[in-house]
Amino acid sequence: MKTIRTGPLSLRVSERAVLTCLAVAALTAVTAVTTMVTGDFPLTVGEVLSTFVGQGDGASEFVVLTLRLPRLLTGLLVGAALALSGAILQSLSRNPLASPDIIGFTQGSATGAIAVIVLFQGGMTAVATGSAVTGLLTSAAVYLLALKRGVQSSRLVLIGIGVSAMMLSVNSYLITRATLEGALAAQAWLVGGLNNRGWDHVRVIAAALAVLLPCALWLGRRLALLEMGDTAATGLGVDVERTRLALLAVAVGLAAVATAVAGPITFVALAAPQLARRLTGASGPGLAAAALVGGLLLVVGDLAVQRLFPTTPLPVGIATGAIGGLYLVWLLATEWRKGSTR
Amino acid sequence: MRRGIGLALSVGVLGFVVLLSLWVGTKNIPFTATWDLLLRDDGSGDAAIIRDVRVPRALLGVLVGAALGLAGALMQALTRNPLADPGLLGVNMGAAAAVVSAIAFFGVTSATGYVWFALAGAAVVSVAVYVLGSTGRGVVGPDRLVLSGAALGAVLYAFISAVLLLHAHTFHSFRFWNVGSLAGRTLEVVGQVAPFILPGILIAFLLAPSLNVLALGEHTGKALGANPNRTKGFGVLAITLLAGAGTAAAGPIGFVGLAVPQVARMIAGSDQRWVLSYSAVLAPVLLLGADVIGRVLIAPQEMEVGIITAFLGAPVFIALCRRRKPARL
Repeated sequence: MKTIRTGPLSLRVSERAVLTCLAVAALTAVTAVTTMVTGDFPLTVGEVLSTFVGQGDGASEFVVLTLRLPRLLTGLLVGAALALSGAILQSLSRNPLASPDIIGFTQGSATGAIAVIVLFQGGMTAVATGSAVTGLLTSAAVYLLALKRGVQSSRLVLIGIGVSAMMLSVNSYLITRATLEGALAAQAWLVGGLNNRGWDHVRVIAAALAVLLPCALWLGRRLALLEMGDTAATGLGVDVERTRLALLAVAVGLAAVATAVAGPITFVALAAPQLARRLTGASGPGLAAAALVGGLLLVVGDLAVQRLFPTTPLPVGIATGAIGGLYLVWLLATEWRKGSTR
Repeated sequence: MRRGIGLALSVGVLGFVVLLSLWVGTKNIPFTATWDLLLRDDGSGDAAIIRDVRVPRALLGVLVGAALGLAGALMQALTRNPLADPGLLGVNMGAAAAVVSAIAFFGVTSATGYVWFALAGAAVVSVAVYVLGSTGRGVVGPDRLVLSGAALGAVLYAFISAVLLLHAHTFHSFRFWNVGSLAGRTLEVVGQVAPFILPGILIAFLLAPSLNVLALGEHTGKALGANPNRTKGFGVLAITLLAGAGTAAAGPIGFVGLAVPQVARMIAGSDQRWVLSYSAVLAPVLLLGADVIGRVLIAPQEMEVGIITAFLGAPVFIALCRRRKPARL
């Protein structure tokens, strides 16, 4: 731990956390460059850079500016948003398994998307809108059902489980009653993907992050106090109920935009905060590190599905599940062998 | 005393639901005739429906329900996490991955055929999760098991999704297994899974006293002479037998194992002997009751039991969570 003081302000910084964040950012940059230069239409770094400043030929301009860059940016931002959302919820509920599904968000948004796909054969925008609307409504319902002279974390989690189970049964019903094509489209949406994502998607997720990321980081300091328990936090001067509601709103907002843009990409919200916490060795929520790891996880996953299966456009959720899962398994195994008790 | 009366009442309700499940169905058979045909086979079509279709289904509902309820109660007690269900140990994912492989690569298409694959998959994956979750020195904390299960589950989910998206015809069969249903199961399936479920039930109840000690925390439990790692090992064995066989027979029915133990704790407090007893009785009530409702709701079609359990069980569960303070684990 280092303390930086400038005049009346002072900031405590963990060296290991800063180094980890820098390393993750560097890895993300390497992956991004690899994504930009490899593929069916290989380019050199120089060609990519000259395309950025408007000096490239027509083909490379199309490949770089229309195909690869928006997809890369969408992945990076969606990963960061999901990881932030997961980190906030895991810290709020003090449960390492928490992700946007504990407040019913994931299953609720799936209900909207599947209904639009199966019942109305809607297009991409309709599916995105449907998922965001039902996701937000479901989360609001969970919060209101858990509200009774304040919201206890344990009750919120339990009611989230109940509502999620209900929505899941609706989803299963829709999938079993749909035609095979409709069911397949729904299944593909459920895994989450970045195929055919363009600048519209980048704009949506970037705008959302520009608003919600500062809110999350600002509230993050109080989140660390909330982790000590409601009573201790109240004693330290935190308005517990209001802070919790604000944090829930930020987490759900991030998850809603990310899901609308790319579908419920599996495992990022759960794994990224856990990976970040273990890499930085931090005891607090560590929101910035989680966001960086989430972005990296999604970018690496997308590179893997694009290059390993060039002919079949598999959704990125398959790669994030496999890579994130295996990496977490390895990390847990090595950490525990060393005898850490956490 | 109050808990004893409650348990007796629950058993009575279970008996009533079993009777309902024998009597109610797409084919309308009068109640008294149902009873007669149950006792003696007169060779008629109605007798065949009751003896070959409804009896195995009721038996399976009771067995699978009790298995899922007990497995859920054990899982929540071992991990001390209310989010935990047997699925976390990788049981559902293991079974699903095996069933997907069976359909896609071995061409298996019947419920009887799925059973062995699902059992093997559930066993292999839950052992892997347990081994990963208990590597290292010292006392194994509950979070490790949960995180290992989640991590391996994600890898399997990726595998399942990839196979399903690449093989459309596999997805067609799999989506019906994946909902969870008791329909179309014969006495053969009951015979296949009973040898796994019955020992599982026995182990679960024998473990109850050690679980009570474990609830004080690993370190206190150890100081009081309990052996947390042995309790965990046997607990995982029982969960694998119970949930593995239950999932193999009826598909992944997640909500029962998750919600019923919570309700049992709200009624019975934190004594695991009572929690396990209530879970074992209330879970089949929910499962079989949902199965009966599924038969009449959109008759002559049937709604899969997995859909109904969650859709009708969840509101009751939510109401209970609002009324009572959640019991501590």
